[in-house]
This record gives sequence, structure tokens and C-alpha cells, in this order.
Amino acid sequence: MSAAPTTLRRLRRWFNRKGWGQITIATPYIWLLALFLVPFVIVFAMSFATRTPTAPPFSFGGENPILNWENYRRLFTDTLYIRAYLTSIANAAMATVMCLLIGYPMALGIARSSRSWRNILLMLVILPFWTSFLLRVYAWMGLMGTNSWFNKLLTSFYNGIVPDDWALSYIPMMNTNFAVVLVTVYSYLPFMILPLYANLEKLDLQLDEAAMDLGSRPLRVFWDITLPQSIPGIIAGGMLVFIPASGELIIPSLVGSSSQPMIGRVISDEFASARDWPMASAVSVALLVLLVVPLMLYTHYESKAQRQAQKRAEEGQ
Amino acid sequence: MSAKAEPSQGSARATPEVARAGSSEFVRVEGVTKKFGSFTAVDDVSFSIDRGEIFSLLGGSGCGKTTILRMLAGFETPTRGRVWIDGQDMTDVPAYERPVNMMFQSYALFPHMSVEKNIGYGLKHEKMSKAQRGDRVREMLDLVQLTGLSERKPHQISGGQRQRVALARALARSPKLLLLDEPLAALDKKLREQTQFELMNIQDRTGVTFIVVTHDQEEAMTLSSRLAVMDKGRIMQVGTSTEIYEYPGNRQVAGFIGSINFFDARVIRRNGDLLRLDVPDLGGEVDAAAIDGVSSGDEVTLAVRPEKLVINRARPDETNRTLGTVEGLAYFGKDSLYRVRLPGGNLVSAMSVNSRRAGENERVADWEDQVWLSFAASSAIVLTS
Ligand SMILES: Nc1ncnc2c1ncn2[C@@H]1O[C@H](COP(=O)(O)OP(=O)(O)O)[C@@H](O)[C@H]1O
Ligand SMILES: [Mg+2]
Repeated sequence: MSAAPTTLRRLRRWFNRKGWGQITIATPYIWLLALFLVPFVIVFAMSFATRTPTAPPFSFGGENPILNWENYRRLFTDTLYIRAYLTSIANAAMATVMCLLIGYPMALGIARSSRSWRNILLMLVILPFWTSFLLRVYAWMGLMGTNSWFNKLLTSFYNGIVPDDWALSYIPMMNTNFAVVLVTVYSYLPFMILPLYANLEKLDLQLDEAAMDLGSRPLRVFWDITLPQSIPGIIAGGMLVFIPASGELIIPSLVGSSSQPMIGRVISDEFASARDWPMASAVSVALLVLLVVPLMLYTHYESKAQRQAQKRAEEGQ
Repeated sequence: MSAKAEPSQGSARATPEVARAGSSEFVRVEGVTKKFGSFTAVDDVSFSIDRGEIFSLLGGSGCGKTTILRMLAGFETPTRGRVWIDGQDMTDVPAYERPVNMMFQSYALFPHMSVEKNIGYGLKHEKMSKAQRGDRVREMLDLVQLTGLSERKPHQISGGQRQRVALARALARSPKLLLLDEPLAALDKKLREQTQFELMNIQDRTGVTFIVVTHDQEEAMTLSSRLAVMDKGRIMQVGTSTEIYEYPGNRQVAGFIGSINFFDARVIRRNGDLLRLDVPDLGGEVDAAAIDGVSSGDEVTLAVRPEKLVINRARPDETNRTLGTVEGLAYFGKDSLYRVRLPGGNLVSAMSVNSRRAGENERVADWEDQVWLSFAASSAIVLTS
């Protein structure tokens, strides 16, 4: 009967002796090292290799230089890449702003609704995740197609408000940056709403009352009290939309313009079609640098806010 | 519930008519009821307040004090009844258009603004130049003695300082009426007493009408010119501190404010200014100050405050006297509390001021001593409800 506790004790002793505690703590770092840093070092190294018709299709040294800067030189001289970066960033930025404009009122609405409604509304926000992402993009392709009811509806609406000689038989939506932004906004909206909601839900409504008491009308209260306090939420939501949206591959491939490729598409093409792994690597490294800078800014801001909150909590005691 | 409206109005108490100097009605709350769903938080409350008064709402937690303030500030709409401020019906006027400012129980300082910005916030809506605004903020900082802290954020100052920022912010727009929700509750005892006098001082200098919510009876009595005692959403009595303490309208008010001894009594007859009562617990007949509306044979309650009970070694001459045994004694320094067991079994409290310096064995009475308790007829309170 006493076997079980003894075994347990022995197990625990073994666990402690072997330093599993430290390993548990180290797990996220191991994760980061194995699944981010190591692959990144490989990609980074590969970006200095030379493309060869071998398998794998690259090599270092031999008749080629060990550090081949050619890929980076091309990155900055070939307008294809620069244009792709600009298109990506423009589309992602546009989508982020749209997500913010649509998501903020939604998040605020959810945060200010009654407790019993909140969970239902949040459920509805994440409900689209229950169907395949690809399927939803295909659905949009159907809606935007020249013969869809959606397009016809928009076209008749458009024709109704513009002069007759501007009339269109359909609105060309598919394969445009507009389509990319539209589908990106649709797909990433929950990533904007959820952090914003988490932020807005915590705000003290008594502060709104205090501002109103001091003479501010509701819109003014929002501008002076709610908005400044929700900046951390805006930044978090913005990052969660902007970063993946700028590297997005599927949306631009399916609904985007082929003459204005986005950077995800370029990486994919270089890697798969052109079999130019070193060039694909260089493009990836450059994208990463482009995205890491805002991420670092965000982390800096976040940790500062956290330190402030902690300080406030300590003083409150 | 006779004392719901004006003090002494229609009440059966022998309340002295206290003339309110420069009396002019400034706030009038008329038959206000507030329901949250089926729960009645405020139940048919009426009172009026004069210009320049410090008026307190006193009552236990959850009795509806904050809800009344919120209706005066404009955050809640009464389910029934009307609210007048300075002669205008304010019942449906939104908070941002009322000449009223509130100091919140939790202070509600804007965490993202400095002390200076917090105080100046309400001035943005006034027709003022930037320089005038700056002057006003400095004046307020000076009033609450926070001049050096104008650049700090609320989380960088102490609790007492936050309380004063909240007060300065509420006063900055020169409201006609200032609502203070438990303004001193978060402060420690010493700071609370000091701030009480500061508040009275500020009220005196600004002349603003104050409505103070508190659950601390001492605070209410010190601060206010008049107070309303509340229970379960209703006002039980409105009056000055003296009226409430010395002339409580019913048993509940009498028991809520200070401590008191109650005895069941029956009216025998009226003798001019005196009422002759039969009080079995006191071993016979006693005299009490007469009140209107009682007649021979009525069952009433006789109430006597502990400090009105005099402890005697020898048998006193007063009519109102009884013998008892000291069962408990608490020495507080300036006074002592005696618990005295009466022959009928009642335990009563008597407070005696230690006006002379006395050693351990020189007290008025000691444990197990037989003592006489007596009280003046004018100190005895007769309650019908
Ligand atoms: N918004 C509300 N919804 C429901 N009940 C409320 C609301 N506000 C206050 N109450 C209830 O009304 C009663 C009185 O509250 P309150 O005025 O805050 O009391 P006090 O300030 O005297 O402690 C309490 O029982 C409280 O639970
Ligand atoms: Mg309260």
C-alpha cells in the first residue's frame, strides 16, 4: 500500500536531481532556438551561397566565392524585389488600417456590452476560424468574380451614382491589390479585435464618467480617455495583423495581381519555380529585418507599459 | 418615516426650531426612486439643501447613498421623482451640462495624464485663455497644497495626495454643487481627521455647496451642517448633528448614531413639559421630556445615551434613578464606560468623563460595586417608533 507514495517520492527526487526544473524553464528558449534561430542561421547562411544546378541547388566555395554578396546586390538593384516589398508593405499597411477602423468599434462594442453578451459576441468573432482558411478565400474569389451576384450588386450600385458614360458592365476586383487588401482584412480582423477587446475590457468606466462630469460630451470622452488608454491594444492588434499580412502568400497568390507580386509570392517563386534557394533566402532575410524592427519597437513599448502597470499595482497596495 | 422631508416637519419630536441662517433652497430632491431591475436601491427620497451647506448622506454600505449622488451628478436617471438644482429641473439634463462636479470614491484620476492635466481637464470646456487656465490650475494646486507635484502622474503620488488631486479637479470649474463620495474613506485615521478640517476650510473659502456621502457617523457629524440618515434606500431623518443625536426620530436612528440604552415604557400621564412613564426595567416611574402625539396608556420606548447616565455612590435626589451592579468597566483615558446590571436583568451602558485625575482605586465605581444611576428628565428621549 505504501508503494505508491514511495514511488512518487522517488520519482520526484529523480526529477529534481536531474534538473528537470531548469529544463522546464528552458523549454521556450529551446523551442525558440530549435525552431527559429537555427533555421534562421541556415537561411542566413544560404543567402550567401551560389545557385548551382546540383542537388541541393546551391554551393559554397569551390569555384564560387564563400560569401556571395550577389543576391543582396540584386535585391537592391532589381526593381522586381523593391516593388514587391513596397506592394507588400502598402497592402499590409492598408489592411492594418482597415482592420483597425472596422475592428476598433467592434471591440469597443463587445467590451461595453453586457457580460452575458460578451462571450457570445467573442465567439462570433472567432467563428470563421472553424472553417478552412483556404475555403474562405475561395468563397471570396467567387464573390469577386465578374459574374457573381456580389459583383453585380456593387456594379449596379456604382452605375447608379456615377455619370452614364462611366458605367461599367462589371467591377474588376479579382487579381488586384484591392482584392488582396479586402481578403486580408476579412481574414485578419479577429487578430485585431481580440487584443483590442482585451485592452478595452479592462478600462475603468468610472474614468469616462469623471470626464463626462467635467463637461466632456461622449465623443470627447472617447478621444480624451478611451483612445489614449487603448494605444497598447492598438499596437498589439496592429502588429498581429501587419506582420503576417506583409509576408502573406496564399491571399496574393489566389486573388492578387500577378503583375504586382507581393514578397511572399516572390520568395515562393524563387524557391520553387526558379529553384534559386540562395536568392529566396536573401529575400527572406531582408523581409525579416523589415519586420523585426517594428516588432522590436512593439516589445519595447509593451515592456515599458508593463513596468508602469506593475509600478501602479505596487503603489495601489 | 415622518422625518423624510424637512427636519421636524410633521414629526412627533420636540425638536428645537433651528433657524438656518440665510436660508435659500439650492438643491431639491423630490420623491426620487431608483430601481435596478426589480431591486429598489433608492426608495421615495425627498430632501432639500441650502446654498453653502455641507450636507451629509449617512448610512451603512449598500443603502443607496452613491446612487443618490449619481442621480445628482447625472449618471443615473431616477425611475420616479425629480431633481432640482438652483431652481432648474435637472432630472433629464446629461452629466456634462450640469453645474455639478463629483469627487469619486475611487478618485477616478486619469492615469495617462499628469496631476496638472487632471486638474485642468474640466477647464478645456470653459471659455478661458490658456494663461487663465494655467492660473486656475496653479490656484487649485495651491489650494490643496500640491504645487510641487504638478508634473507627476497619479501612480507616482501617495493616496492622500491623489485624494487632493481629485478634490482640486472637482473644484477647478467652480461648480455650484460638489458631490463627494466617501472622500476620506481611503485615508488613515490621522490624515482623515486633518483632511476633514481642510475640507471644511475649503468649503468655507469657496462657498460651494457640498454633499458628502459617508458611512462614518463621526465624520458626518463633524463635517456637515445637516445630515440625512439612510437605511435600505430610504431616508429615516434629516437634521443637524445635534437634532439627529439628541432628538432622534425613531429607534433606528437613535441606535445608528452613537450608542444608546433602550427601555420599554408605558405613558402614564402628561405633566406640562414632562411625561410620566412607567418603566419596569428601571424599577418604577420616571419623568421624560414630553413629546406630542402620545396619550396615556401608549407603549413607547425610553432611550437614554450612556453619557447622560450619571453614576452615583449615594442615592441621588432625582426622580429618574435606579440601582445597579457594575459588571464591566472600560477605561479610555478621557472617559470610562461602565456596564451596569439592573435588578430587572438589563445591562446598560453609562459613560463617565474622567474630569479629575484618579488612581486605580479612586474611581467613581469599581467592579461589583453597587451604584445608583440617574438621568435628567430633559435628557430622556421618548420614541414612538
Ligand atoms: N448599476 C447597478 N445595478 C444594479 N444594482 C445596483 C447598481 N448600482 C447600485 N446597485 C445596488 O444598489 C444598492 C445601493 O448601492 P449604492 O448606492 O452604491 O450604496 P452605498 O453607496 O450606500 O453603499 C446596492 O445594493 C447595490 O448593489
Ligand atoms: Mg457608495
